Amino acid sequence: MREIIEISNGDITAEKDKVLMNQGISLKDELPEKVITLLGKAMDIFITFSHPVGIISDISISEFDTVYKGEGLNEKDTPVDEIFREADNLALFAVTIGEKVSKKIDELFKKNEFALGSMLDSTASAGADKAADIVENRFLNLLLKDGEATPSTGILRYSPGYCGWHISGQKKLFEFIHPEEIGITLLDSFLMKPLKSVSGVIVAGKKEIHNFEDSYPFCSQCKTHSCRERIRALFIEDSPNNRQGRT
Amino acid sequence: MDLLKEILEHLQHGDDEKVTALTKKALEEKIQPKDILDKGLIAGMNIIGEKYKAHEIFLPDVLLAAKAMYAGMDLLKPLFIQEGIPTIGKVIIGSVHGDLHDIGKNLVGIMLKGAGFEVINLGNNVTPEKFIETAQQENAAVIGMSALLTTTMPVMKRVVDLLKEKGLSGRIKIIIGGAPVSEEFAQEIGADAYGYDSVNAVETVTRLMSKSR
Repeated sequence: MREIIEISNGDITAEKDKVLMNQGISLKDELPEKVITLLGKAMDIFITFSHPVGIISDISISEFDTVYKGEGLNEKDTPVDEIFREADNLALFAVTIGEKVSKKIDELFKKNEFALGSMLDSTASAGADKAADIVENRFLNLLLKDGEATPSTGILRYSPGYCGWHISGQKKLFEFIHPEEIGITLLDSFLMKPLKSVSGVIVAGKKEIHNFEDSYPFCSQCKTHSCRERIRALFIEDSPNNRQGRT
Repeated sequence: MDLLKEILEHLQHGDDEKVTALTKKALEEKIQPKDILDKGLIAGMNIIGEKYKAHEIFLPDVLLAAKAMYAGMDLLKPLFIQEGIPTIGKVIIGSVHGDLHDIGKNLVGIMLKGAGFEVINLGNNVTPEKFIETAQQENAAVIGMSALLTTTMPVMKRVVDLLKEKGLSGRIKIIIGGAPVSEEFAQEIGADAYGYDSVNAVETVTRLMSKSR
């Protein structure tokens, strides 16, 4: 299976709390009117200028072993290395929201519209994640349709550059899935262009396989520890990560 | 309320139109441009920086205030050039070669300008040679480098090494920042300082400048 997924702009409007979190603001904070106004404007611009598209391709465990090993620069022990070997199904993916939003952000900064530019950047980052969620859900739905997923299936994605998987892993990932087809290119530094793009592997299997402790040596360098929330969400009965047949 | 205090107040509210109007009025009333800058605009940004550090305001508040500061500065800058008044120092900033991330580095630039520094923003994907050539040409005191990827962090060391090779270490200071960068890494590569966020970067550059004077 290999599929290009056209995503509707409206579907990747990120939750306000995620955008604000990227700005260092919690929804618990009392938001000034001007912040709410900026957020609204940023979301409108985002919907106008984003062009989300994704690509997904299933991959066997042995094939992914080669992709994962990449350029041989991964940390010695990593959660991904353990998790993918226990998977029932794997898929490589890449998504982007396109180049226009990044250009709009630059334009706003050049016009001294720093607050709006920065809010749009946060909106775009959250939107790119949302696009990745949609691709992840698409994979789950395909598995459900084919009877390869069950109510106990846990599905999560992992990306090069995180959790000990070296960012140079992008090279082999690109060689396998060719995100160039949807307009994503890889620079020598392994950075994706457009900047607001996400790539990685989607791992489907028993929920328990995703449950790891954030006590690897590199975890101390991590500034988000977002794995905790993602794993927790898997085990919450009605969380989006635990809903079968998601759309 | 005197005009400078009014500028300071409206800047804190991010009201760029009011700051523009008040700066014009202050100039018409023959208040020295340097006083408008120091006691109005920079003083306002200093308060904003302190409030942000104390988590009393949010990032958008800082950036709206910065826009107001720039609006006032646009009126003052031609006068400074005309009168030959130097800025408190020149800083070259950029994201290192291979890195296209701009936002964090731009925020540092905005805050540095807000503190009265002259900032030359080279953008992203900047080669070591470009950093150093520009710093020499512009007689800058500090180079600020940003990297958001572990794969581009080694470029920072190349800049430090090149600066040494050219015998410019000490005269041009280097500050580095970015998500994967740390104080330890700064020490390891021989950079002069590490800035963990935009407010801290301003404090650190100020410290570096005072050391080199």
